[in-house]
Amino acid sequence: MQIRLRALLTALLTVALVFPAFPQAQPQAKSKPQRKANPAPAQIAPAAPKTLDEIATAELTRDEAVMHLLNRLGYGPRPGDVERVTVMGIENYVNEQLNPAQIENSAMDAKLKHYATLARSSGELMREYPQPNQEAKRLGISPEEYKARMEAQRAQQQAQMRETAMTDPTQAQGMALNQMGPQRIVAELSLAKLTRAIYSEKQLEEQLTDFWFNHFNVFAAKGEDRYLLTNYENKTIRPRVLGHFRDLLGATAHDPAMLFYLDNFQSVDPKMGERNEAQMRRIAARMSPEQQQQLANRPKRGLNENYARELMELHTLGVDGGYTQKDVTEVARCFTGWTIKTPRQDPEFLFQPRQHDPEAKMVLGQKIDAGGERDGEEVLDMLARHPSTAHFISKKLAQRFVTDNPPPALVERMADTFLKTDGDLRQVMRTMIWSPEFWSKDTYRAKIKKPFELVASAARATDAQMELPLPLVQWTDRIGEPLYRCQPPTGYSDTADAWVNTGALLNRMNFALALTSNRLRGIKVDLNTVLGDPGQLSSAVKVFLNGQLSAETRKGIEKQLAASQEANQPVNVAGLVLGSPEFQRR
Amino acid sequence: MNFSRRALLKNGGLALMGFSALPAFLTRAVAASPSTSGKRKILVVLFQRGAADGLNIVVPYGDANYYSLRPSLAIPAPSAAGLGDAANAALDLDGFFGLHPAMESVLPLFQQKQMAIVHAAGSPDTTRSHFDAQDYMESGTPGVKSTRDGWLNRALFQLHDGNESAFRAVALGQSLPRTLQGKAPAVAVPDLRSFNVQGAPSAAGGFEAIYAQTVDKQLGESGRETFDAIGLLKQADPTKYQPENGAEYPNQGNGQGTRFGRALQQIAQLIKADVGLEVAFADAGGWDTHVNQGNTQGQLANLLREMAQSLAAFQKDMGDRMEDIVVVTMSEFGRTARENGNRGTDHGHANCMFVMGGGVQGGKVYGRWPGLAPEQLNEGRDLALTTDFRTVLSEVLVKHQKNDALVQIFPGFTAEPKKYLNLIKA
Repeated sequence: MQIRLRALLTALLTVALVFPAFPQAQPQAKSKPQRKANPAPAQIAPAAPKTLDEIATAELTRDEAVMHLLNRLGYGPRPGDVERVTVMGIENYVNEQLNPAQIENSAMDAKLKHYATLARSSGELMREYPQPNQEAKRLGISPEEYKARMEAQRAQQQAQMRETAMTDPTQAQGMALNQMGPQRIVAELSLAKLTRAIYSEKQLEEQLTDFWFNHFNVFAAKGEDRYLLTNYENKTIRPRVLGHFRDLLGATAHDPAMLFYLDNFQSVDPKMGERNEAQMRRIAARMSPEQQQQLANRPKRGLNENYARELMELHTLGVDGGYTQKDVTEVARCFTGWTIKTPRQDPEFLFQPRQHDPEAKMVLGQKIDAGGERDGEEVLDMLARHPSTAHFISKKLAQRFVTDNPPPALVERMADTFLKTDGDLRQVMRTMIWSPEFWSKDTYRAKIKKPFELVASAARATDAQMELPLPLVQWTDRIGEPLYRCQPPTGYSDTADAWVNTGALLNRMNFALALTSNRLRGIKVDLNTVLGDPGQLSSAVKVFLNGQLSAETRKGIEKQLAASQEANQPVNVAGLVLGSPEFQRR
Repeated sequence: MNFSRRALLKNGGLALMGFSALPAFLTRAVAASPSTSGKRKILVVLFQRGAADGLNIVVPYGDANYYSLRPSLAIPAPSAAGLGDAANAALDLDGFFGLHPAMESVLPLFQQKQMAIVHAAGSPDTTRSHFDAQDYMESGTPGVKSTRDGWLNRALFQLHDGNESAFRAVALGQSLPRTLQGKAPAVAVPDLRSFNVQGAPSAAGGFEAIYAQTVDKQLGESGRETFDAIGLLKQADPTKYQPENGAEYPNQGNGQGTRFGRALQQIAQLIKADVGLEVAFADAGGWDTHVNQGNTQGQLANLLREMAQSLAAFQKDMGDRMEDIVVVTMSEFGRTARENGNRGTDHGHANCMFVMGGGVQGGKVYGRWPGLAPEQLNEGRDLALTTDFRTVLSEVLVKHQKNDALVQIFPGFTAEPKKYLNLIKA
């Protein structure tokens, strides 16, 4: 009974979601408005109910479909994953990934214990890993003296570390982390990001965390932001990636990391001074002459449009989403007073009524005069539910998960779900995954892996053993994607043109060779275990590429194998396969 | 045919590389034809990402409005500095404009007429988005988002005869910038020294064979370019580079080069190695000074010092070769004429560009000055634009690179020769 009910529900849901896949049905409905009210029954009937497994294997073989799934929702298969998902069924795996709270993940949680900074609040990080200049001030010494002290300490530790490295590289890397100072925070975030991509069972959640962090990008090297990113990624973004867009948008808008990165924390109503003149005079009267002078010399603060602009251009509507420079200024006025409480101690969101512009604003043709903090909330409400936002977000998701130039019909259906479900991101993902476009022959291996995806997927494919993936962080950087260090608010590109070029490609090949020949410190790849017969090209192809290698690439490798005795080393075979065009794709 | 390229063919890499047939890159390098003047003309483009504050770089100290707009940020006029206080005032250029004092290392180049400045220049598009404005400046089509390739790539493509070296167009950095993307091959090189397959020779050979034969169009093309480039560079031996004429590229105090410094030094290496370089591109960020940008000292001053020292070192290192080189700088837009409430400046409009080289009619600030009075400002807040950046680039392309396919390079824009500023010698 239960099974039948479930099948029925799935069928209904599938139909509801797949239904708009037939675009010719839509204009028809539009041209006959009387049918619009009740179009469902007549049109649902002909569509045969399909399970996701049926949709997935319409054009792809089952093996291809499983491989595709593991590469798209996550960071590629580990040894055994293809078999596991095949047994489990595609639909079940997808449903599991869409509900990550239920996934058991203790192996990864154990690995994350290496990173002491992950569990710290921003304030704790600021106290435990102070900026050298501030720490020098606190100790009452010059920055130079402080630097010299740290150098001496470091030299001592390094000698010890070198010794340890001979016997235990992992412990040595841990020691290196311990003496890093504030750099440790972003280093550990990067290490944790790779650890999660490689070991987390919640693969989709990791892909989505990467996607949404990148969407709401914050650059780690901007001032205090290095202290704020740990909280931003783990508390603000990750728990919301399958929730409602409005919730995620609101959470980023209130987060000190964003308030600082796009300067909104210091955007104030330019007329604040005039308004509060009487009050200021009262305060000034109680001050000493020196204090009064200091106050007079303080720079006048004003409106900062940075967040307002990127909020519309990059976070919601998209650059062609239909807003003007005037809208940018008005939105900036709405967000005046959204600032950070004690930005250098225990940073958290603060609405400062004194700094807020109290007059009415006009945003996208709509009057905003709720007053106070509500002004900003109303702007977020309006933007989160705007059709341009639904379209912009859907297209960007499809670009990441489906193909660089997603079919407009697919984007439209996703946007439709977005609007109908009040931006329920789980439902938008569902529409995307349940679409035939997601599983088409053209989509298979259509995406070039981003540098981070390549590095993580290679580590997964080779079942690389490690505690601290430090060399993987460095290679991700070298191949072109320095983690947490994308300076512009655009985030990194999701399309191939940004990643395919001579320098980066060479680094991809070099990474493959370094990994398979165990040249990465603290990372062990055991090709005998992973490949069975590692000298054989066919076993590397079977394990790393699901048996699918183009005839041309195979010929290229075989030619080398025949030409040179030394090339028969398993290292080279495995390295060549991981550096091949086929493995660069997902 | 150039001697070193012929030598390369004769003694060079064939045995070393283990090729059975003459590799494509060698035939290309050897066949590459120098331009009509007998020597290859080189264009170096530097991009200041983040919108540099042109009004504090080339300071209009003769415009009184400048000082009322920028109470805390303004650079004092040269006359205001007593003797020995030059570091705290603009360096006079022409009685109206002065150079930011942190750029003193390029002042001699201006005085020797090797460097020209164009003020109130930039993209006519009114966007204040970094992303869009950079995109437009790199595509060369302000206002048109759908342009797929960059203007620099189209310029290369127009002079393309299929025989160029793999290092004809180089971006110093991890990825190929928008402006070099397109049909003409171009390569991104983060560091010349490590540009090789690091593994057994058979691994290198294996990858070369794989990428030569793959049907993957996108990756195959990139792969083939990669191996062409590796072959060429091997001959140039970049590990043994010594700058000439006492040139010193700036470093960060730890022996590591700075962004522009490292890039220009590697461009110099490529030029001297004679690997067929025609276009080089480098960029550096950090110019988005919304908060505490500083005046004669501070954030902007530090960036400018690095940039000026890098340019001066490059010019010195290149010596007579500067006759065949033009360096152009640009940034996506300028910054608000008025300082903001955070001792910084916000996104503005027009900016200044530097043009440097032996063929430049330097020692002059070109362009019509639109003024900074309230009614003269763009949208009441920024320096107005009087020279389209494409006018500057058109003149450089036509007169320096002998490339007159401007219709293709800047579609929808006509820079008539009579509009040229004549900053390049005819």
